[in-house]
Amino acid sequence: MSGAPKIAVTVAEVTPVNELVTRFRFVRRDGKPMPTFSGGAHTVVEMNDNGRIRRNPYSLMSDPADCEGYSISVRRDDQGRGGSLFMHRRVTPGMEMQISNPVNLFGLDLRARKHLMIAGGIGITPFLAQIKQLKATGGHFELHYAVRSAPLASYADELRAENPGRVRVYHDERGEAIDLERLLEGQPLGTHLYVCGPKGMIGWVRNTAARLGWPRGAVHHEEFLAPSSGKPFEATLARSNKVIQVGEHESLLEAIEAAGVDPPYLCRGGACGQCETDVLEHDGIFLHNDHWLTEEQRASCTKIMPCVSRFEGRKLVLDR
Amino acid sequence: MGIIFREETFYNDFTFRNSPEAIRRFPFPFHEDSYMYSVNLEPHKSYRPGSVLERAFDVDEHYVSEMRDRARVLAEDPLRCQSLPHMTLAGWDLLELIMVSKAEEYPDLFELHRDGNRWHWINRPLGIEQRFTFLDETTLPYGPMEYITRQTQGDFAVLDQREDNLWMDAGMVTTQADWSLDFDIGMNFFEWHAPVPKAAEMGIFQRALKFLLNVQQGAPARRFNWTMTVNPLLDTSPENYHKWGVMKRDLTLENMGQMMHLRVELQTFFRLPRSNGLVFPIRCYLIKLDELVTVPKWARRFHRVLRDLPVELATYKGFVDNRPKIVEWLSKYDDGAPTSPGIWPD
Repeated sequence: MSGAPKIAVTVAEVTPVNELVTRFRFVRRDGKPMPTFSGGAHTVVEMNDNGRIRRNPYSLMSDPADCEGYSISVRRDDQGRGGSLFMHRRVTPGMEMQISNPVNLFGLDLRARKHLMIAGGIGITPFLAQIKQLKATGGHFELHYAVRSAPLASYADELRAENPGRVRVYHDERGEAIDLERLLEGQPLGTHLYVCGPKGMIGWVRNTAARLGWPRGAVHHEEFLAPSSGKPFEATLARSNKVIQVGEHESLLEAIEAAGVDPPYLCRGGACGQCETDVLEHDGIFLHNDHWLTEEQRASCTKIMPCVSRFEGRKLVLDR
Repeated sequence: MGIIFREETFYNDFTFRNSPEAIRRFPFPFHEDSYMYSVNLEPHKSYRPGSVLERAFDVDEHYVSEMRDRARVLAEDPLRCQSLPHMTLAGWDLLELIMVSKAEEYPDLFELHRDGNRWHWINRPLGIEQRFTFLDETTLPYGPMEYITRQTQGDFAVLDQREDNLWMDAGMVTTQADWSLDFDIGMNFFEWHAPVPKAAEMGIFQRALKFLLNVQQGAPARRFNWTMTVNPLLDTSPENYHKWGVMKRDLTLENMGQMMHLRVELQTFFRLPRSNGLVFPIRCYLIKLDELVTVPKWARRFHRVLRDLPVELATYKGFVDNRPKIVEWLSKYDDGAPTSPGIWPD
């Protein structure tokens, strides 16, 4: 139900980038070329964590034209639900894993005369692939990259060296900050704006652009939500005739899958809409964390996005 | 494989025919004795060897003549092929998809040799051999989309995906059921579907768009659509309505079996990898009623479908005036016996 066939891969390289970030390279086990992809695409990596299947989306950072393998960079999140810790602690070269075909929810608008990119921290990864794509096709781009400190500035040196005059890095610890208003006001007609980074940065960039009169269609953002932890709850899957328990550090989608039901999904980050599920009955409150449902749909309490959203209450019956 | 390519025309003397083998593999689109819209999408996986669903891009006995007809239509009206400037990358995606598929699926007809970006393409049925540089437009006689779709049956709408919508920003459209690329170019999904009756109220477009936006690489989808065409015209375009519209008046009970055709579109959807666009091939298959009624199950079922079709649909599909005559003609082939499930001949 989750769409295209998975790709069976071997971990070819595990490369520490800095204290928090590690890069992983995957090659296909069947020896065929990887599918080409478009800059901004992600893959969902499946991890078998002692029998528990975790599936986390990561942006592809390698050259989209490179069919020898795929690279991703994973930032360790010590407070997270464990996917990034698994990648950092357990994944070693030679290990066999499964990944999804590429999916792009943060594609370049190819009409743009200029691509203005704003990255924060690990949000740099989709831009690495987009920049390679644009350089191959003669596209015009400019990157503004905010990092905490020089040692944590993943790929900043390479980016500056390979793209002279097109990349500017801002270090928080030195008090450097993007002068966003000035930057946005000085752009030529036909510029598209892209932002990927922490939630606060995305909101800041989108709001500033809206206030300055940028058309909505010219402002693009990517924000994957990690499913949040919360109180355990119970759900009934009406069609499958099953009752499931959703653990504190588990998403509703993961619990549905663990019960042997195979619902559709793509991004597992609340953005694509694929796992939208009808609510048949409920007695309690929904904790909607997605970017997908409209305010109206949320208010109607008839839909939930099980990849990131949760429930608190006595009864939840889903059409699944 | 041994396809014998027919020499035939789709205009003037209309020498188009289906061989008995082509009739047996015709994609009759009705799985039951009635018809209403549905999203009816399914994965475009290889199905039923010998059928039109076996391969990603079906090549049949009409291939060479259809490509000649496309060249004729383009010579009269070059606007049947358009590509907005940002769609060139999607054109290369499409060229790669078709060349790779055809070379794999029809190795006796097509060959593709790749050495990095230096490509060598051989198309035996059309007698074409081309060496070119992938992603370098100057090395092909046409843009990449036009080049490959002059060698591939079916119309092609190449859609850009942005702002949670699909945009008709490129295409090759010469075998269409009365719609115009030149009119629709640049429109989004809701705009170009605006003339379709009933479906919007049924919420079909919202659901279909949601599905299409999520079509993944490596997981193409397909559906059928259908209409009726008088004479085997591939080009039933609004641009040429003054030429073919009047032919509908020539229909009689005597010439029905030869003149009236069921027109079936096999519509497929593929995600394009480099551009993140979506290509929507619309492949047209024609069958004369005389040919169709050689399959008794289809004759019975088609009579019942047309007889009971809502009038809005018969109007939209352009045969409401001729419907009584068509139904009367078909009724001779319907003895009231039950039909088996599914679309294939018994």
